[in-house]
Amino acid sequence: MIKKKAFSGGVHPHDGKELTNTKNIKIAPLMKEYAVSLSQHIGAPAKAIVKVGDTVLKGQKIAEANGFVSVPIHAPTSGTIISKNKKTSAGGRMEGGVDSVIGPTGALVPMLTISADGEDTPCNDLEPILSWQDCKPEDLKQRVLDAGIVGMGGAAFPTHVKLSPPPSQNIDTLVINASECEPYLSADHRQMLEDTKGIIEGILIIKSILGIQKVCIGIESNKPDAIKAMQEESRKHNIVVTALPTMYPQGSEKQLIYAITGRKVPMGKLPMETGCVVQNIGTAFAIYEAVVKGKPLYERITTITGSPIVNPSNWRLRVGTSLADALTLAEGVKNPDDIGKVILGGPMMGMAQFSLDVPIMKNTSGILLLNKQEVTLYTSGPCIRCGSCINVCPQSLMPSTMGVQIEKERFELAEETNIMNCIECGCCSYVCPSHRPLVQLFRRGKSEIQANNRKKKV
Amino acid sequence: MIAPLLFMAGIGLLLGITIALANIFFSVKTDPRIEEVEDMLPGANCGGCGFAGCNAFAKAVVLDAVEPQKCPVCSKEEAENIASHMGMSVEFDTPYVALVKCCGDNSDSPERALYNGVTDCSAALLVAGATKSCQHGCLGMATCARACPFNAIEIDEKRHIAIVHPELCVGCGKCVSVCPRNLIDMVPKSAPVHILCSSPEKAVLQKKACSKGCIGCRKCSKLDPESIKMDGFLAVMDYDNYSTNTEIIDVCPVHCIYPSLEEK
Ligand code: SF4
Ligand code: SF4
Ligand code: SF4
Ligand code: SF4
Ligand code: SF4
Repeated sequence: MIKKKAFSGGVHPHDGKELTNTKNIKIAPLMKEYAVSLSQHIGAPAKAIVKVGDTVLKGQKIAEANGFVSVPIHAPTSGTIISKNKKTSAGGRMEGGVDSVIGPTGALVPMLTISADGEDTPCNDLEPILSWQDCKPEDLKQRVLDAGIVGMGGAAFPTHVKLSPPPSQNIDTLVINASECEPYLSADHRQMLEDTKGIIEGILIIKSILGIQKVCIGIESNKPDAIKAMQEESRKHNIVVTALPTMYPQGSEKQLIYAITGRKVPMGKLPMETGCVVQNIGTAFAIYEAVVKGKPLYERITTITGSPIVNPSNWRLRVGTSLADALTLAEGVKNPDDIGKVILGGPMMGMAQFSLDVPIMKNTSGILLLNKQEVTLYTSGPCIRCGSCINVCPQSLMPSTMGVQIEKERFELAEETNIMNCIECGCCSYVCPSHRPLVQLFRRGKSEIQANNRKKKV
Repeated sequence: MIAPLLFMAGIGLLLGITIALANIFFSVKTDPRIEEVEDMLPGANCGGCGFAGCNAFAKAVVLDAVEPQKCPVCSKEEAENIASHMGMSVEFDTPYVALVKCCGDNSDSPERALYNGVTDCSAALLVAGATKSCQHGCLGMATCARACPFNAIEIDEKRHIAIVHPELCVGCGKCVSVCPRNLIDMVPKSAPVHILCSSPEKAVLQKKACSKGCIGCRKCSKLDPESIKMDGFLAVMDYDNYSTNTEIIDVCPVHCIYPSLEEK
């Protein structure tokens, strides 16, 4: 039985998943060049350990973790490191011997560009651990770190950190996020159908790292075939698959925990406080590959989709593939003059891009193109106090009030109105009849408040 | 009928007496000069003096002998008036004015994409680093202009660039910290030439990003090596020892050196 609603608020955007959700995952051919960003995760960028001119092997570590909240980065193929900063259109420079070029957020990020030698020679630094059941949780966790695994649903938070709850925290449930609530994306959906066994084994590994018994997989009800496949496989291992109502943002950690366990994450606290650890389905598969196959994280499933694309499809892409190369895989675009927007990620939370030089990263779940009719140019008006945003906010906030506060630059008031609890899901902007750019205002407010708080601390 | 009236009148009288007594016994003694000085101040409450507002500044002048000319808004006469009222002497520092170190408008540094969001420089920067080709230049979305209490910053709506009007700018410095690209500096009003670029990029990249950006050719710093120092590929004026040599305006191949702030 599926409940009608699993959390308060939420919206039903047009989902566009029919473009790709029946298409098998295809393996991308080898590209000429891969631009591997050293800042693909939340936390400190990785530190390069190779330099321009060095040759590297596929899966070789090319940058090491720089602190606890950081992960190493691995080469997606074998080849030579080259410098690219003279070629980029948007600007770039050399910093400490490492190329810096404009990344997806518009800021300069350190990048290592690999010119592929076509051999794709693998490096076998990480030994497969076949009998992981006999391994100590510490060793498995070390492997997760060594393989450079991050949350692949979008946030790119280093996974080994998430798997290291403080001892004082009593963790009893592992929640696996397979809801894929972002419209248009079907990478997780396809992976559940095609890599079912691997995913389940990955989940079992996470389970043994955390040393807990209870595992729940949450899947939105719009993927009945995936629910069935996962159910069949997980039954043997005493894992519960829960069908969740289709509602954006079901895949947000806090909403997912509430829908599955009925526990509410206290304001300003981490989801861990509820005794739950949430991991994405793609992450589980990456952990399986890292442990059982000794393969570091250098490729992922990405949905290339949108109405302007000739052949919307799902691909296993290597990290560092440029957007331009990725688009040629999907047979390019129908009409190059009719592209309104290129988005990395989904339409609700993804990020629009200027340039097709930007590379795929560990958390790029989709590349979405929208045509000019689909991108509305709006003129935003004042808030008409209709309350629609309050109705849909899954965090039960007051977007209307916060929007006005940020517009008036009253950041301290906005902090009191709990702006820091906003998960930037975009539901409020989506429904606002006055087309107010609410999420952008909140992001500005949050960054100002964080800067102020940092100043206060000093 | 009469009883309630008397009763109310009684209460009124009693409370009146209480207030009168409280006023005598609990009154806070303030220096009357504070109010006098505050009346003589401009009342802009801008905080440019470094105090919480005109009242706080007046207190500081009276109680801590802070010099009245520390208020950047006061004209020379006003500061002298206050000083003579307080029996102090005044010495004037060089007046400062805000300088936006960018001269590339949207024809020099074209926009990379259409931006349809909040008109605010900090907010625009959060959307993939804003649309201006130059990663260091002025976005012209008025964050500084809104922070200026004296309306001294004009935003050229067509060219998307901020222009300071030196005759209106009192040098309070409020705009300096709000610019997300750190483009605003306080410089001596008397400086006759300014280098209006903040981009440290190399010439190859600079040319792509903005036709008016400093390419680090050193022509200006060769003419006046004392005042103009190179910071990587960017010429930087040392305003403690500023250049008065207006010839540098014409040697700059990209024309990013300007004689006055308004004509960029
Ligand atoms: S973006 Fe923030 S305020 Fe808006 S609906 Fe989502 S959580 Fe609520
Ligand atoms: S939906 Fe828009 S117009 Fe309505 S209350 Fe919210 S901010 Fe105001
Ligand atoms: S000077 Fe700074 S704050 Fe002012 S418009 Fe330019 S970028 Fe914005
Ligand atoms: S331009 Fe800046 S320094 Fe000048 S008055 Fe305005 S805020 Fe103060
Ligand atoms: S002359 Fe112009 S371009 Fe050359 S260094 Fe000086 S400011 Fe830069």
